[in-house]
Amino acid sequence: MELGQHISQRYNEELEDIRNKVLKMGGIVESRSENAIKSLLTRDTALAKSVIGSDTIVDLMEVDIDDDCIQMIARRQPAAGDLRLVFAVGKVITDLERIGDEAEKIASYAKKLAKKKAVGGMHAELAHLSELALQLLHDTLDAFARLDDQQAVTIITKSAKINQEFNSLSRLLITHMMEDSGNIKNVLRITWCARSLERIANYSVNISEHIVYLVKGKDIRHANIDEVLSEYFDDENHALEL
Amino acid sequence: MSNSSIEKNMANAEKPETRDEFNVEIDGTVGSPFVDNPKMSSRNCDVFYADKQAIFNVNLDIAKHEIIAMIGPSGCGKSTYLRVLNRMNDTIPICRVTGEHTLDGEDIYAKNQDPVLLRARVGMVFQKPNPFPKSIYDNVAYGARLHGLAANRSELDDLVEASLIKAGLFKEVKDDLLKPGTGLSGGQQQRLCIARAIAVDPEVILMDEPTSALDPIATALIEELMDELKANYTIAIVTHSMQQAARVSQRTAYFHMGHLVEVNDTKTVFTNPEHKLTENYITGRFG
Repeated sequence: MELGQHISQRYNEELEDIRNKVLKMGGIVESRSENAIKSLLTRDTALAKSVIGSDTIVDLMEVDIDDDCIQMIARRQPAAGDLRLVFAVGKVITDLERIGDEAEKIASYAKKLAKKKAVGGMHAELAHLSELALQLLHDTLDAFARLDDQQAVTIITKSAKINQEFNSLSRLLITHMMEDSGNIKNVLRITWCARSLERIANYSVNISEHIVYLVKGKDIRHANIDEVLSEYFDDENHALEL
Repeated sequence: MSNSSIEKNMANAEKPETRDEFNVEIDGTVGSPFVDNPKMSSRNCDVFYADKQAIFNVNLDIAKHEIIAMIGPSGCGKSTYLRVLNRMNDTIPICRVTGEHTLDGEDIYAKNQDPVLLRARVGMVFQKPNPFPKSIYDNVAYGARLHGLAANRSELDDLVEASLIKAGLFKEVKDDLLKPGTGLSGGQQQRLCIARAIAVDPEVILMDEPTSALDPIATALIEELMDELKANYTIAIVTHSMQQAARVSQRTAYFHMGHLVEVNDTKTVFTNPEHKLTENYITGRFG
C-alpha cells in the first residue's frame, strides 16, 4: 500500500508526517528498551537512571500523534487504507507508550539489582530473553516502517518462542528461590524484569497485528494464527521461519 | 435533460480508451453485484449516445428495501445507469439502451410496457428541486390525479397529507398547502418532490444527487427521511458525496468510465475496498 498520490498534496504530507512521527517514537522507545536492558545486564546504575528520567518525551509524543489522528479524522475524513492507517497508528502508539513504561520498570529494577550480589547464572538467562524481545521489537518497527504485512505475521508466529523462554526462566527462578530464601527478594526483581521483557514482546505482537490490519484490512486479533496464515498469507514463507 | 449535459455525457463516453492511465485493468465487476430475490436487476447493460458508448456491460441487482449508493467521478455513467432503471433515457433520441432490465422479474423494456406507468412504480428525485409552478397541494396531487389514484376529493386530501407526512414536510406546510411550491426553501422543495414521488405509491425511488444543492441541515433531513423510507421503498441514490454514500447506503456501487468496477457492502467499500480504482477514488487519489 502507498500513502502518497492524493490529489491534495497537503493530505499526503499530513499522512507522511504522522507516519514519520510514529517511526521516531518507535526509535526512541527501542533505544530506551535497549538501554534499560543494557543497564540491567551490565549493572550500570547511571544508564538505568538515564532511562528512568526520560519517559516524558514518549508520553508527549503519544499525545501529539493522537491529536494529529483526531485532526485527520475531523478534517480529512480518511477512508479505506488511509482510515486504517489513522486507526492503526492510534493503537500502535498506545502499545509503544506501554513498551516505554516496561523499559522504565526494567531500568528501575536494574538500579536496585546493580547494588546487590548477582544471583548465579541469572543474567545469562535474562540476556537470552532480552535478545529475543529486542529482536521482536526491532523487527516490528521495521515492518511498520516498510508496511510489511508478511514480516508482521512472521513476528506473530515467532512470539510463541518468547513465551517458552519466559516459562523456562520462571521455572529456574523458582528453583533459586526454593534453594535459598535469602535470594527471594532479588529473584523476584529478576522475575519482574523477565515479565516486562515478555510484555515488550507481547506489545510488539499487538503492533504487528495492527500492521496486518493496516495493510490487508483484516483484523487478525484473537484469531488462530494457522488459520490466518492459510487464509491471508502464502504460508510456505512462514513454515521455514518457525 | 439539457443539450449541454447530453454533450457532456457524449464527451465523457469517449474516455474509456484512456483508462489505462491508471495501469489498472477493469475486468468485470468485483464484489457482490448480485442478490437473492432482487427488486430490480440489469444484465449486460450497454448504453450508447449515438455511436459513443457510455456504459459497458453492467450487471447489477438491487435488493428489496435497500439503499444502494452509486458513486464515481463525473462522467462515469452512474446517472446514465440510474436513468436506465426507469427509462428516463427514452426521452433522449440519440440514446440507446441494451441488455435485460427487470422490475420484480418483469422486463421493463418490453414492448407492452408503458414508460409512464413504469415511472410511477420507479419514481425519481433530481439534483435540483423541480416543483411544478403550482400549489404545494397540486404538486403532490399531480401524479395521483394523472393515474386516477383517488376516487374523490377527500381521498385525494388524505393522500396528499399522507405523502407530505412521509416526506417529513407536513408540519412545515400544513397551513400553506395552497401557496406555490416554488416559494419553499431548497430543502423543503426537495422534500416536496419526494412527497410528489411517494404520492403515486412507487416501489423504487431513484435519487440523482438529491442533496447536492442543499445545505447540511436540509441534507441531514433528507438522509433521515431516506432511512425511514427504506422500510417501504427500495432506493437507489447517485451521489458525489462519499460521506453521504457511507452514511445512508447498505451497498455501494463504484462506477468508473462506464464500467461498474465494484459493488460491495458499504462497510467494506469504505474500510477495505476490493478494487484499486475504488480505493483510489474514495481516498481522493486520482479519481
